[in-house]
Amino acid sequence: MSVLLDVKNLTTQFNTEAGIVKAVNDVSFQLNEQEIIGLVGESGCGKSVSQLSVMQLISAPGKITNGEVNFEGRNLLDYESNSDEMRAIRGGKIAMIFQEPMTSLNPTLTIGRQLTEMLELHLNMTKEAARERAVELLKQVGISGAESRLDDYPHNFSGGMRQRVMIAIGLSCNPRILIADEPTTALDVTTQAQLLELMKDMVSKYNASLVIVTHNLGVVARYAHRIYIMYAGNIVESGTTEEIFANPQHPYTKGLLKCIPRLDEEKGRKLVPIEGLPPNLINMKSSCAFAPRCSERLERCLTEAAPPLRDIGNGHYVGCFEK
Amino acid sequence: MNNLSENILSVENLKMYFPVTRGLLRKKVADVKAVDDVSFHIQRDETLGLVGESGCGKTTVGRCIMRLYEPNEGKVIFEGDDILTYSPAQVRGARSQIAMIFQDPYSSLDPRQNAGNIVGEPLKIHRMVKTPAEYKDRLEELFAIVGLDPGMKNRFPHEFSGGQRQRIGIARALACEPSLIICDEPISALDVSIQAQIINLLQELQDRLKGLSYLFIAHDLSVVRHISDRVAVMYLGRIMEITDSQTLYKNPLHPYTKALLSAVPIADPAVEKNREHIILQGEVPSPMNPPEGCAFHPRCPMAAPECKKITPELRSIDNKHEVACLRV
Ligand SMILES: Nc1ncnc2c1ncn2[C@@H]1O[C@H](COP(=O)(O)OP(=O)(O)OP(=O)(O)O)[C@@H](O)[C@H]1O
Ligand SMILES: Nc1ncnc2c1ncn2[C@@H]1O[C@H](COP(=O)(O)OP(=O)(O)OP(=O)(O)O)[C@@H](O)[C@H]1O
Ligand code: SF4
Ligand SMILES: [Mg+2]
Ligand SMILES: [Mg+2]
Repeated sequence: MSVLLDVKNLTTQFNTEAGIVKAVNDVSFQLNEQEIIGLVGESGCGKSVSQLSVMQLISAPGKITNGEVNFEGRNLLDYESNSDEMRAIRGGKIAMIFQEPMTSLNPTLTIGRQLTEMLELHLNMTKEAARERAVELLKQVGISGAESRLDDYPHNFSGGMRQRVMIAIGLSCNPRILIADEPTTALDVTTQAQLLELMKDMVSKYNASLVIVTHNLGVVARYAHRIYIMYAGNIVESGTTEEIFANPQHPYTKGLLKCIPRLDEEKGRKLVPIEGLPPNLINMKSSCAFAPRCSERLERCLTEAAPPLRDIGNGHYVGCFEK
Repeated sequence: MNNLSENILSVENLKMYFPVTRGLLRKKVADVKAVDDVSFHIQRDETLGLVGESGCGKTTVGRCIMRLYEPNEGKVIFEGDDILTYSPAQVRGARSQIAMIFQDPYSSLDPRQNAGNIVGEPLKIHRMVKTPAEYKDRLEELFAIVGLDPGMKNRFPHEFSGGQRQRIGIARALACEPSLIICDEPISALDVSIQAQIINLLQELQDRLKGLSYLFIAHDLSVVRHISDRVAVMYLGRIMEITDSQTLYKNPLHPYTKALLSAVPIADPAVEKNREHIILQGEVPSPMNPPEGCAFHPRCPMAAPECKKITPELRSIDNKHEVACLRV
C-alpha cells in the first residue's frame, strides 16, 4: 500500500487571553491508498483541529505553527490558506464532512445548486452536465426521488438526509480523501449504521481513502483498518485495528476500553472509570499529558518531557515510558 | 405476573397525544402520538432501561410518570396508587418519592443558585429537615454520597465540570430519599471517561440505599444493557419488546430490537467481523402520521401483508419476555 497523505509533526495553537491552547501538538499520521483510518479521542483532544489544519481551515486566533502535510508530492502547508492551490484541494481532492451538516450546508441555496456549484467549479462541467451528475450522486447516496429533491433547501431534509447530501457533495469531485468528522454523532444508531456503511461503500467505489473522526471505539472497530488514539492534542498510540484492540499498550487506550460498556458483555461486569478530568490544554507542561490521570504512572512521567511514539513492532506505536 | 406489592411502579395502557394546531383559532389538525398504549412495571430495587431512537417517546413516558404532562389515557400506579387520579397537593407529595435526573447537566441546573442551594432546595420544599443544623448535616451527607467535596457547596454550576454537575443533579434527586429515580439520558452529554464514573455511582447508590429503583432512559443500548435488569425497547410511541438484559442481547425476538442491536458497533474488531450487520432502510416515520398496523412494518425485514393491517399487542412469550410482533 502506498502512502497517500503523510502528515508530519503538525502543530496548531490558539493564542487566547487565558494563554496558548496547544490544540494539536506534534501530530503525525499517515493515510494509505484505499485505506480507512480512525482518529479516536474524547471531546477537546484536537481531533477536529488536526483535520481542519490539513485543510488549512484554521482561522485566528489559531495558527499552524509547525509541520508538513504531504499529499501528491507537495507539502500543502507551503501554500497560503486562500491560495488557488488550496481552494482546488478543498472540496476537490480532499473533501470533508462535518458533525453538524446544517452549519456546512448553505441554508439559502438549494441542494441541487450546492452540488452543481462544486461540479462547475472543480470539474468545469456545464450546467446541464452538472445537474445530471448531481441527480446521479443523490441516487448513489440513497436519496429517493433525487430529481425532484434537487430544488429543495437543506431545511427540507432530515438530519440523516442532510448527511447523505454532504456525502454526495464530498464525493462530487472524485476526491482522493474523504475526512468525516463525527458525521453521525448527533444521529440515531440505525441512521449512523446506514451512513457509515454508505461511506465505506462509496470510498471503495471511488477508490478513495477515508478518515473517520469519532469518540466511539465501536465505530472504528467496525470500520477502520488502522487507528490513531488522541489525548490532549497528542497521538498517544497507533496501529492496526486488530493490534490496538487485541494488544492495547498505552494506559489511556487501556483505560478507555475498560470504561465503556460493551453490548456483548456478561452481566455484572464492572466499569473501571479513568479518574480525574481531561486537561484544558492551556499552558500545558511538556511532560506526559495523561500522567495526572494515569494508573501506571512512574516518577519520570511527571518530571521528564513526554515520551515520543516508539515503534514496538507490527506497525504499533506507543507514546509511554512504561511500555 | 408480579403481584402489586413487588412493583414500585406499574404503567398501564398509557397514552399521551400532543395536539397539533394550525391557524389563528388554533384548530386541532392532528395528534402527535408520542406515547401510544404503553405498559410496563418496575420492581423494588430494580432498574428498567428504556431505549429507542430519538423521538420515540422515552422522555414523554418519564414526564407522564412525574405528572409533568397529563396523559390522555392510562394508569400510573406508584406504590399501589394511581397517581393520575391525584390532586395537585398529592402530586407534590408523590414528587418527593419520585425524582428525575436530566440529560443536560448544563441547562438543568439553575445557574443563579449555588450548588448547596440546588441540592438542598427539595429538603426545604418537602420539609425533610427541621433545624438549620440538620439541614447542613444532610446537605454535606448528600454531597459526600455522590463524591463531591462539601466544601464546594458555595460554588455555582458554571464552576463545575460536566460530570460534577451531573453529580449535583443526582445529589438533588436523592435529597428526599426517593424510591424511584427517572434518569433521562443522564450521561449522554458526558465524555466517555466520565460516563463510567456516573454509571458506577448510580449502581453503587442502588446497592447502598435500600429500596431504590431506576427508570433508566437512554438511546445507547450498550449503556442501558449494562445498568438495567430489564430493558424495554420503544419505537414510535410503542413498546416493541421487554425482557431481561441478558436475553435482550442473546435472544432478541422483535425485528426492530435485532436491527437496533446490530446497528450498535462493539469495540472489538474480532467480534465485529463475525457479526451480522442488519442495515435498516429508510427513516423513522413521523409520529403525527404513524403507519397503520405495526408501526415498524415499512422498515421491517420480516413484514408480511397482515402487518399493514393489524397492530400487534405486547404479549408474553414466557414470564420474563414480552414482544409486540405478529410474526414472533
Ligand atoms: N477557536 C478556538 N479558540 C480557542 N481554542 C480552540 C478553538 N478551537 C478549538 N480550540 C481548542 O482546541 C482544542 C481541540 O479542539 P477540537 O475541536 O479539535 O477537539 P475535538 O477533539 O474535535 O473535540 P470534539 O470531540 O468535542 O469535537 C480544544 O481544547 C478546544 O477548546
Ligand atoms: N410538549 C410537546 N408538544 C408537542 N410534541 C411533543 C412534546 N414533547 C414531545 N413531543 C413529540 O413527541 C414525540 C416523542 O418525544 P420525546 O421527547 O418523548 O422523545 P424521546 O424518545 O425522548 O427522544 P430523544 O431521544 O430525542 O430525547 C416526538 O415526536 C416529539 O416531537
Ligand atoms: S408485526 Fe410484522 S411488521 Fe411488525 S415487526 Fe413483526 S413482522 Fe415486522
Ligand atoms: Mg470535533
Ligand atoms: Mg428524550
